[in-house]
Amino acid sequence: MDRIYLDNNATTIVDPQVREAMDPFYCQMYGNPNSLHSFGIEVRPHLHRAMEQLYTGIGAGDDDDIIVNSCATEGNNTVITGMYFSLLKDTRKKRVVTTQLEHPCIREACRFLERQGVKVTYLAPDRQGMITAQMVKEAISDKTALVSVMWANNETGIVLPIKEIAQVCKEAGVYCHTDAVQAIGKVPVNLQEVPVDYLTFSAHKFHGPKGVGGLFVRKGAMLPPLLHGGEQMGGHRAGTVDVAGLVGMGKAMEIAVDSLEFENTEVRRLRDKLEDALLQIDDVMSVGQRSLRTPNTLYVSVRGVEGEAFIWDLNQNGIAASTGSACASESLEASPILMAIGADKELAHTGVRLSLSRFTTEQEIDRTIEVIKHAVVRLRQMSTAY
Amino acid sequence: MAKNDLIGGSLWEQYSEKVSERMNNPRHFGELTEDDAKAMNGRLIIANEGAESCGDTVRLFWIVGNDDEVIKAAKFKSFGCGTAIASTDMMAEMCIGKTVEEATKITNLDVERALRDTEDQAAVPPQKMHCSVMAYEVIKQATAIYRNVDVATLQEKDIVCECARVSLQMVEDAIRINNLTTIEEITAYTKAGAFCKSCIEPGGHEKRSIYLVDILARVRAEMERAENPEGVAEDDFAAFSIVKQIKLIEAALDQYVRPALAGDGGGLELDDVRLADDGLIYVHIKYQGSCKGCAGSTAGTRSFVQKSLQGTVSDKLRVVVE
Repeated sequence: MDRIYLDNNATTIVDPQVREAMDPFYCQMYGNPNSLHSFGIEVRPHLHRAMEQLYTGIGAGDDDDIIVNSCATEGNNTVITGMYFSLLKDTRKKRVVTTQLEHPCIREACRFLERQGVKVTYLAPDRQGMITAQMVKEAISDKTALVSVMWANNETGIVLPIKEIAQVCKEAGVYCHTDAVQAIGKVPVNLQEVPVDYLTFSAHKFHGPKGVGGLFVRKGAMLPPLLHGGEQMGGHRAGTVDVAGLVGMGKAMEIAVDSLEFENTEVRRLRDKLEDALLQIDDVMSVGQRSLRTPNTLYVSVRGVEGEAFIWDLNQNGIAASTGSACASESLEASPILMAIGADKELAHTGVRLSLSRFTTEQEIDRTIEVIKHAVVRLRQMSTAY
Repeated sequence: MAKNDLIGGSLWEQYSEKVSERMNNPRHFGELTEDDAKAMNGRLIIANEGAESCGDTVRLFWIVGNDDEVIKAAKFKSFGCGTAIASTDMMAEMCIGKTVEEATKITNLDVERALRDTEDQAAVPPQKMHCSVMAYEVIKQATAIYRNVDVATLQEKDIVCECARVSLQMVEDAIRINNLTTIEEITAYTKAGAFCKSCIEPGGHEKRSIYLVDILARVRAEMERAENPEGVAEDDFAAFSIVKQIKLIEAALDQYVRPALAGDGGGLELDDVRLADDGLIYVHIKYQGSCKGCAGSTAGTRSFVQKSLQGTVSDKLRVVVE
């Protein structure tokens, strides 16, 4: 049985072209780029090229920084804790504004700030799962140091109006950070047009390798390093650069940006096809308006079918998806994001996320539709709730 | 944390073969009808059970023989996760052929044991043990309907931990006999709190009427008073003037509580002491420093402060965070 991977918001297959680009840096050009000798020197042009690909990919200016690190979780922690040490700790700026939609690495880093006496506002989304610039504007006060709002949500795929939010922050003189992990390669990300100060991403979400990511810092925005002890990344992030990882991330970024049109047409078409087919089944609903979502993401609730049982059946048929159901989490807690959207109780137990990629094929979608139809019949037969 | 915990286990990896197999092909799901009952010369019983907080519900069908009280047939329906379906399926199977009296004695622990592939390997990961509790509760419900009695009369009294079926008495005995001082020790001795952890302290997955932290504080206080009759007895404390009471509470806060909080950069001040009609004394506190605004304060720190005051001043004290 050929397996079908529809969990691309969790991680993605490494594009074979990316792996090919990375390969020479393991056994041939393995020098430390900081070394003076030829082994170090020969690596450096490739790093420059990768940086060029990253800068071009997100529209960063030459005077801005993209600090290469291990992942968006590291980048997000660097921004949140860095903001504490550079601003929140010793000045009269004592507030941070974020949202209830954020990834746990933002949420928990903000909890850490709260323990240090910082006041954090967690904005609740509206029923559509949306955070508006107006909501952010109203939450900002003269004591606010930082606003952190994700570009696109991992569970629902909903794309937030980050340009307007960043403009609101700029007008108010407040630093603005966005976690763009779910945006790169799915929607255009151009920092010439979106005036955020900090932006974070992870390569493995756009067909690059795991364990490498980036943190964009706009010129003039302050940020103390999280990792001390070396001159790498201009002293902003100590530690020998993952050479192959950076080369792979650069290549992955280049392809991702080149593929945006394909993502927006072909991936979207397959996602819509899947969504249309599932909505044909009685008592199935999807979360969030299609036009507001990343083209690859679909979050559905099948009434009477518990989420873990649902993805269990998919997995038995070789299809990978994920669920926000309380029963499938380590803590047995329902997805905070779905709770934040104000979804009814049942949705918190039935929600299943299907996320496609540019590697998803039409045949895969056709088979997925068939498998889901069967799974829904089987599980509803068993269910007391249907 | 240790070698095996650093790369967290996947839930599904920890399910036994039997759990997977029954999830894929449950043998007893479906419904039984009055016609089925007539054909088997029995009585149809339909019981519903649902844990709202978990989002799982289960319906159990029995046909109980008119002559011998033996369960001739059992089927179920379930809105729930894999563990809930597999454990309900096994439970239904275990009911068949037993008398109602015998079936009522089946617990979720028996069901879990029956789902194991090998003697010493649990059938489900700890946090999913919770999902099998409903399979146990629905049997009680069916028996109550069959006997036309209130289900409460069939339930074990004062169960503190539903997952491991540990009673209040068992926890108290374990603390006293083994001189236990921590929650971890209670879990090691009784298994209470080892699974979904709701019973440890407020704020967990499910709301409970009694928590291990409170039991431990109360029993420790009782033990300490028994060992040290010279100390402040609770009746004495209630009889003291309010000034004396405040002084004793402040002294205890200084000695036992503030140094611990200061270690984390936090602190607290005593705001008020109020005697309530129920004979309890409510100690109102305000957090300072890093305790302030900390999400963990409400549950964790409050229970620590209360435990400390109960253990050293009076077990009538209850802490309220302003």
